[in-house]
Amino acid sequence: MTHRLDARNLICPMPVIRTQDKIKTLATGDRLEVTCTDPGALNDIPTWCRINGHRIVQTRSKNHEIVITIEVGALGQ
Amino acid sequence: MTPQRKAVALISGGLDSMLAARLILDQNIHIEGINFYTGFCVEGHTHAIRNKDRSKPKRNNALWVAEQLGIRLHIVEVIDEYKDIVINPKHGYGANLNPCLDCKGFMVRKAVEWMRENDFDFIITGEVIGQRPKSQRRDTMPVVARESGADELLLRPLCAKLLPLTHAEKEGWVDREKLMGFNGRNRKPQMALAAQYGFKDYAQPAGGCCFLTDENYARRLADLWAGRGQRDYELDDIMLLKVGRHLRPRPHFKLIVGRDEGENNFLRGYTTRFTHFYAKSHLGPLVLLDGEADKRDVRLAAEITARFGKGRNADKVVISVHEQNGEERDLTVTPLTPECMPQEWYL
Repeated sequence: MTHRLDARNLICPMPVIRTQDKIKTLATGDRLEVTCTDPGALNDIPTWCRINGHRIVQTRSKNHEIVITIEVGALGQ
Repeated sequence: MTPQRKAVALISGGLDSMLAARLILDQNIHIEGINFYTGFCVEGHTHAIRNKDRSKPKRNNALWVAEQLGIRLHIVEVIDEYKDIVINPKHGYGANLNPCLDCKGFMVRKAVEWMRENDFDFIITGEVIGQRPKSQRRDTMPVVARESGADELLLRPLCAKLLPLTHAEKEGWVDREKLMGFNGRNRKPQMALAAQYGFKDYAQPAGGCCFLTDENYARRLADLWAGRGQRDYELDDIMLLKVGRHLRPRPHFKLIVGRDEGENNFLRGYTTRFTHFYAKSHLGPLVLLDGEADKRDVRLAAEITARFGKGRNADKVVISVHEQNGEERDLTVTPLTPECMPQEWYL
């Protein structure tokens, strides 16, 4: 199941915190699509995912917005 | 079989907490990191707002440390709870508006709560006796342990040999002989230990981990409180204190002036909340007005906006004024001259 998180107009580390808090509510294998405007998220969210056992499926940029798709790993639960 | 013990490590993103965690990892303890985001954390921000800073990619050092150590990191937002620490510090402020002793006690207390909720056994920090003038002194370190409620559950691996035995040592979970006895402001022992572990590219201390230790930032925060007549803030307030030129031409309002395109873009995110100004006839900054302003004040703000744009030497500049109530109009003004802008206006 794919879920969405609006983290636009937040400065890092807030997009990471919102992502972390949202993932706590999801099941292993779920996908989360995070939309951000802070370019710092391009580095911080993947790093947070690596150390917490989640997988980055895709990262794309469009009109000054960054969309990061994450697959929830087992460690996140 | 004896269960593996679990410790929660306060990870700031600096070298000391990294070394403290690593020393305990070496003793076969399961460690997870915790990092608190107060809104004032320098290390947490990886957003380069100004154009000139964009060429230097920034990283979140707490996340980087966790990745180097191979541990999980939990970033906990404490913005609202932390307000009371900033506004009413029981132990007072340091050189600026930094409530270091209260802050450390608060963070360890939050770590105690997390430890209990997550069934961990003890807490570790990277504190070193004598490292900081207020929160890391021999006489104040017991205050942190006591007031946080951590007591003997708080282990400081970098200076443990100089402190009384803690629970983890008494129980034999941690071998005290393998801990350190660092003392004072000399960083050489930490750097030597980092080299021993092969840690490179770690964050260098650069004026502390908190904006509240910064003199300019603290002055702006004190001005915010004085201007509003109350000691309070929201996250947006403390973010805006980091951006732009701040001028207070009158006691009842101040202006935030973008210094480049990056800051103008950042300030644009706040235009629905503030009366704002920009030049239509020339290139120039976006300017937010924080406070109450009558017609004369709005005109003065327009003249200041013109002063900071490319039309500063022009006879007339057209300024677009967007009131907070949604009204828009153009004002044609003469830019204020530097002589009419006393230094006291600048925060």
